Amino acid sequence: MAEVTNNSGAKKLHEPLFHITRKSAVPFWKASLIRAIAIFAALVACGIVSLILIGKNPFYIYKTMFDGAFSTKRKFWIFIRNAALLLGYSLAIVPAFKMKFWNLGADGQVLMGGLATVACMLFLGGKMPDAAVIAIMLVASIAASVIWAVLPAIFKAFFKTNESLFTLMMNYIAMGLVTYFINRVVKGGSGVLNPIGYANLPDIGGAQFAGRKFLLTIIIFAVITAFMFIYLKYTKHGYEISVVGESENTARYIGIGVKKVIIRTLILSGVICGIIGFVLVGGIDHTIRSDISAGRGFTAILIAWIAKFNPIFMVLMSLFVAFLEVGSGQVNTVFQLDNSAFSSIIVGIIYLFIIGCDFFINYRILLSAKARETLSKIGGIFKKKQTREEPEETVGEETVLEESDKTEDGKTESEITENDFETAAEKEDDRI
Amino acid sequence: MMFFVFLTSAISMGVTFLYGCVGEIITEKSGHLNLGIPGIMCVGGFGGCLGVSIYMQSLSSPDNANWFLLIIISMFFSVLFSAMFGALYCFLTVTLRANQNVTGLAITTFGVGFTNYFVKNINMANFTKASALISYSPLKGKLGEFGDIFVSHGFFIYFAIVIAIVAALVLNKTRVGLNLRAVGENPATADAAGISVTKYRYIATIIGSMIAGLGGLFYIMDRLGGHWEYVLDIMGWLAIALVIFTLWKPIISIFGSILFGGLYIAGSYITGLSIHQKELFGLLPYVITVIVLIITSVLDSKENQPPAALGLNYFREDR
Amino acid sequence: MIALELKGITKRFGSIVANEGVDLQLKKGEILALLGENGSGKTTLMNMIAGIYFPDEGHIYVNGEEVVIRSPQDAFKQKIGMIHQHFKLVNVFDATQNIVLGNGKKKFNIKKSVSEVKEISEKYGFHIDPGKKIYDMSVSEKQTVEIIKVLYRGADILILDEPTAVLTPQETDKLFAVLKNMKEDGKSIIIITHKLNEVLEISDRVSVLRKGHYIGTVNTSETTESELTEMMVGKAIDLNIERIESEHVSDRLIVSNINCKNREGVKILENVTFTAKSGEILGIAGIAGSGQRELLESIAGLQKIDTGEITYIDPESGESVNLRDKTPTQIRELGVRLSFVPEDRLGMGLVGNMDIVDNMMLRSYENGKGIFLDRVNPSNLADSVISELEVVTPNSHTPVRRLSGGNVQKVLVGREISSSPKVLMVAYPVRGLDVNSSYLIYGLLNKQKENGTAVIFVGEDLDVLLALCDRIMVINSGKITGIVDARTVKKEDVGLLMTKTFDNDAKEVEDGGSNE
Repeated sequence: MAEVTNNSGAKKLHEPLFHITRKSAVPFWKASLIRAIAIFAALVACGIVSLILIGKNPFYIYKTMFDGAFSTKRKFWIFIRNAALLLGYSLAIVPAFKMKFWNLGADGQVLMGGLATVACMLFLGGKMPDAAVIAIMLVASIAASVIWAVLPAIFKAFFKTNESLFTLMMNYIAMGLVTYFINRVVKGGSGVLNPIGYANLPDIGGAQFAGRKFLLTIIIFAVITAFMFIYLKYTKHGYEISVVGESENTARYIGIGVKKVIIRTLILSGVICGIIGFVLVGGIDHTIRSDISAGRGFTAILIAWIAKFNPIFMVLMSLFVAFLEVGSGQVNTVFQLDNSAFSSIIVGIIYLFIIGCDFFINYRILLSAKARETLSKIGGIFKKKQTREEPEETVGEETVLEESDKTEDGKTESEITENDFETAAEKEDDRI
Repeated sequence: MMFFVFLTSAISMGVTFLYGCVGEIITEKSGHLNLGIPGIMCVGGFGGCLGVSIYMQSLSSPDNANWFLLIIISMFFSVLFSAMFGALYCFLTVTLRANQNVTGLAITTFGVGFTNYFVKNINMANFTKASALISYSPLKGKLGEFGDIFVSHGFFIYFAIVIAIVAALVLNKTRVGLNLRAVGENPATADAAGISVTKYRYIATIIGSMIAGLGGLFYIMDRLGGHWEYVLDIMGWLAIALVIFTLWKPIISIFGSILFGGLYIAGSYITGLSIHQKELFGLLPYVITVIVLIITSVLDSKENQPPAALGLNYFREDR
Repeated sequence: MIALELKGITKRFGSIVANEGVDLQLKKGEILALLGENGSGKTTLMNMIAGIYFPDEGHIYVNGEEVVIRSPQDAFKQKIGMIHQHFKLVNVFDATQNIVLGNGKKKFNIKKSVSEVKEISEKYGFHIDPGKKIYDMSVSEKQTVEIIKVLYRGADILILDEPTAVLTPQETDKLFAVLKNMKEDGKSIIIITHKLNEVLEISDRVSVLRKGHYIGTVNTSETTESELTEMMVGKAIDLNIERIESEHVSDRLIVSNINCKNREGVKILENVTFTAKSGEILGIAGIAGSGQRELLESIAGLQKIDTGEITYIDPESGESVNLRDKTPTQIRELGVRLSFVPEDRLGMGLVGNMDIVDNMMLRSYENGKGIFLDRVNPSNLADSVISELEVVTPNSHTPVRRLSGGNVQKVLVGREISSSPKVLMVAYPVRGLDVNSSYLIYGLLNKQKENGTAVIFVGEDLDVLLALCDRIMVINSGKITGIVDARTVKKEDVGLLMTKTFDNDAKEVEDGGSNE
C-alpha cells in the first residue's frame, strides 16, 4: 500500500503513520454530504482553473455560468432541455450498466435512430400527412437503434464478446454511415444537410409560451424517467437485471436465462436510444450530423455511475452537468474563447473529483498513536478544518497538481483527524 | 510496385497503434484496464507538439534544427504530459480505489478536452520542417521501393518496434516481468509474496501511458507531417481493441498493428472506387475490429486470456 | 528459546473485534497448534505475523527482539512464512515461477531455481514437478508448492492455516511426516486447526483462542480432547452429532450413468450412478474438486450432461419425472420440490448486495402479479427465517454480505428449506461456521430427514459425514468409487476410496468398504 510504504520512514522500528480500512455502511446523509463537499471543492478547483485560463475573477466566471442557464427564459428552457436529453442517454444505458454490460455505444445507437428518422423525413415528408410520417419515423428510429444495440448484446450473451469495445466500434461505424448518407443525398459535396421542413414534432403551448419548442422533449424524458424508476425497482425484469448484474451464477442457479436478460435489456436500451434519435432529429435539429450526440453517450455513463444507477439521482446529476455545459458555453461566448473545449475541461475536473470522493465514503484512515500525538500538538492549527473538509482537500490536490503543479503539504494529515472517528467494518464490493 | 508503397505506408500508420497497444499491454499486465489511453494519446500528441514548438521557437532559423535535440525534446514533453495523466489515473484507481472503467472514461474525456483547448495555443510555425526532420531517414529511396518498406522510416517507427521487443523480453524473461504478471493475475498472491502491488501498478501504468503518448506524438509529427488532427482518440480505441486481438503479446502486436494500419489506409489504395465507396472503406478498421473481437471471443483458450485480475482494484485488507 | 512472541495484540475491523490482547509464544523447534472455532480470530492473528494485516495495538518479538511487520516483505525478513488456507498461487505460472515469485535477493535464473526446488523437495520428502502449471495441479500439489515457496525463502517460522481441511487422511499423514522432518531440522511451526484429533497427533503444545481472546496454552501430552473442547468453546459441550433413525425409506432420486465434460473436453463426471432415498442423508465424500459440484449442479439443472438419466420419483403419485436437460425453472414448473444449498453462498446461492428480503425472493420472484414484484410474502418469509433460525441482523433490509458467515448460511438454508423440499442438496454447509451454527445446521438436516426429505450432503470433514449420514458415496475424479454404510465403515477406508486409482467396475457397491 502506498499509504504505508510512503510514510513508513527509514527507521526500522517505525510504525506506519496510518493505514486504511473499510468503512461499514455510511448513512445516506453522510455519503451525500461527502459528495456535496466534493462537488463544492470541484467548483473551487474549476474557478481556479478558469482564473488561470481566462484570467478573470472566479466569482465573475461563476456568475457568467449562472447567466448561461438562468438569465433569460429561453436560456432556462434550453438548459432544462439539455438536461432532459442527457438524462435520456443516461436512462438508455442504465439498465445495461446495472447488469454490468458496458454499453459505450449510446452515441452510435442514437445516431442510427436519427439516421432512420431523417431518412423518413427526407423520403416520405410531404408525400403523406405529417402525423403518419412522424409515426413511421418513430418506429423506424426505434428499429434502427435496437438493431445497433442488440448486435453487441447477442455476441456478449453467446460468446462473451467484449461489449465495451464492440459498442464503441459501432459508434464509429454509425458515424461513417451518417457521413456517407449525407454525402449521398446532398448534392455539391457540402456535407451539410439543411433542416427539413416536413414532419417536425409539434410545439406545445401558445406562441407566447417561451418553452413551446422545448416542453415536448422534457415531457418525453420525464415519462421515461418515471418508467425506468419503476421498471428497475418494482418489476420482475428489473429484479432479473439486478441479479444478473450482481452474479451470473446466482442467476443461473435460480433459472434466470442470462442470455435472454442481456438481449432483452439491450433491446430496451435501443428503444430509448431510438426515441432520443427521433426527438433529436424530428423535434430539435430537423437534420443530422455525425456528431449530433455531442459525446453525450460518454457523459451519460458518468452521470449514471455517479448517481449509483438511481434514476432520481440521475435527474439531479443531469441537471448539474447540463448547467455546467450551458454555463461554460456562456463563458465561451462572453469571454470570446472561441473554443468549446473549455467546458470539457470543467466537466472533466468535476468528474475526477466526484469519482475520487467515493474513497472517503467507503474507507477510513487509521492513524498510528504517534501520528495522533503529533497531530494533537499541531491540533490548534487544524482545529477549524476538522469539520468534514477531507474529500475536498485531498481530491483537490491531485487535480490541482495536474493543473498547476501544486505540491502536497500538511493537508493529508488534516483530513485524517476526522475520519479517525468514523465507524467501520467489513467488506464492501462496489466494483463493476 | 504499388503494394510495396502500400506496405510502407501501412507500417507507418500501424506504428501509431503499436505505441498505444504496447502501452496498454504493459498497463493491462498489471491488472489495470486503462480506458484513458485514447485521452492519453491525445495528451501525448499535444505534449510532443508543445516540445517541438518550444524547440523550433528557440532557434534563430528553423534550418538550424538538430535531429537529435528535436527528438529528445519532443519526446520529453510528450512523455511528461502522458505520464501525468497516467499518474492521475493511478491516483484515482489505486490510491482512491475508484472504478477503473469509469476513471478511464473520465480521463479520456478530460484528456481530449484538455488537448483540444490547449493545442490551439501552440505556435505551429515551421512544423512541416520539424516533421520532415523527425521522419528523416538517410537511406530513404536508396534501396528501391522494396527496400523502403524497411529503411525509409523515421526514428519513431524503429523506436516503437524496439519498445515492443524490449517489452516482450522484460515481460517474459525477467523477474520484473514475472512480478508484474503476478500482480495482474493475482494481486493478493503477489502481495503475499512481498511484491508491492501499488508500486507495480503505478509504474506499469505510467510507463504504459508514456509509451501510448508517444503514439500521439508520432502520429501528428511523423505520420501527418506536423498537421494537427482531432482523431487521436479513435487511434486510442483501436489500440485498445488491438490488445485483445494480439492476445496481450507485444511481439504479435507488431504484426497486428501493421495489419490494422493496412486496413486503415486500404480505401485510398484500391483503385476504381468512387468517393462514396472510399468512405465506406474508411469504416473497414472498425468493422474488422468488431469481427476480430468476435473471433477472439469464440476461440478462447486457457492460456490466451486477459490477466485474471484485469479491471479489479486491490485492497489488502479486503477478504 | 522463544522463536516468536506476541504481546497484547489487538485488531479490530470497525466495530468487530477480531483479536483483543492476545499473547502467544512459539518455542524454537516445536509444533504449536493454534486451536479455536471458526471466527475465533486465529487466521487474523496469523495474518498479522505474516504482514497481511497490521495490528491496531500490541508488540511482536522474533528471537527476543521487537519487530514491526508492516508487509509480507517484513515478515520474510524475520524468516516468517505463512501457508494460507486459500492458496496464494498464480494459476498460469508453473511451480517454479510461483516459488521464486517476489524473492528479490537471489539472481533471477529459472534453471538454477528449478534445481534448488528439487533440492528442497528431496530434503523434506516432497514430490513435485517444478514445471507443472498450477491450474493442472491437485489441491495437495498446490499445498506442496506453497510450503516449498516458504522454505525456498529460508523461513524458520512456518505458519500453516488449516492445512488439512482439503486433504484426505492419507495426504494428511504425509503432510504430518513432512512437518516432523521440518521440526527436526530446527524449524518452528504453527498449525492452525479446529480438528482435535490432529492437534493431539502432531503438536507439542496447544494454544487456544476463543472469540478473539487468548484462553491459554497447554502441553499436548498432558491434555485431553474434552479439556481442549472446553477451552475452545467455553463450556463443556457434547460434540456428538445425532443420527436419527430413518423411516419411510423409498427411492426419491435415481441418477443413472451420467457423464459430462467441461469446456476443455475433460470428463468431470463419468458413469455416475446412485439413488437418493427419502428419509435418509446421503453423504458425498471426496477430495475437493472431484466432481461434487458438477454432480449437484447437473441434478439442479445447471450443468449439461452428455449421457445418462436423472429421475425424480414423486412421493404422492409415485410417478417418475425426468429431470435431464431441464432448467431450474422447468424443474420448478414440473412441481419437483428440489432445493439446493450451493458451496458458493454469496456467489451463487445469494446475492451479497441485496437485502434479506430480496434474497428470499430469488426462488419465488415470479409469483408476483403480472410484471410486478411481490415483496410482501418474501418479507414475511425473511422475518420468520430471522426469528426461527436466530439470524443476527439489524433487520430484514440489511444486505446479506454484511452478515457473518454463519448468518449468511442460515439465510440461505432457511430459504431453501422454506419450500418444504422433497430433495435437499447441500454442499459444504458448515464451512467457516462456528460450532453452534454448525450444530444448528446439522439439526436442520436431521429435521428434513425426519420429514421424509431425501438429503444429499457434500462434506469435507469425514468425522462429520460418518456421524451424520446414513450412507456415504465416495467420488474420485468424477467417478464413484464406492457407496458405503456410514454406520459401519471405517474412516481410513473412506480415505482410501477417495484416492484410489480407478477400476472400471466400481460403480455402485452397497455396504462395502472396497470392491476389490
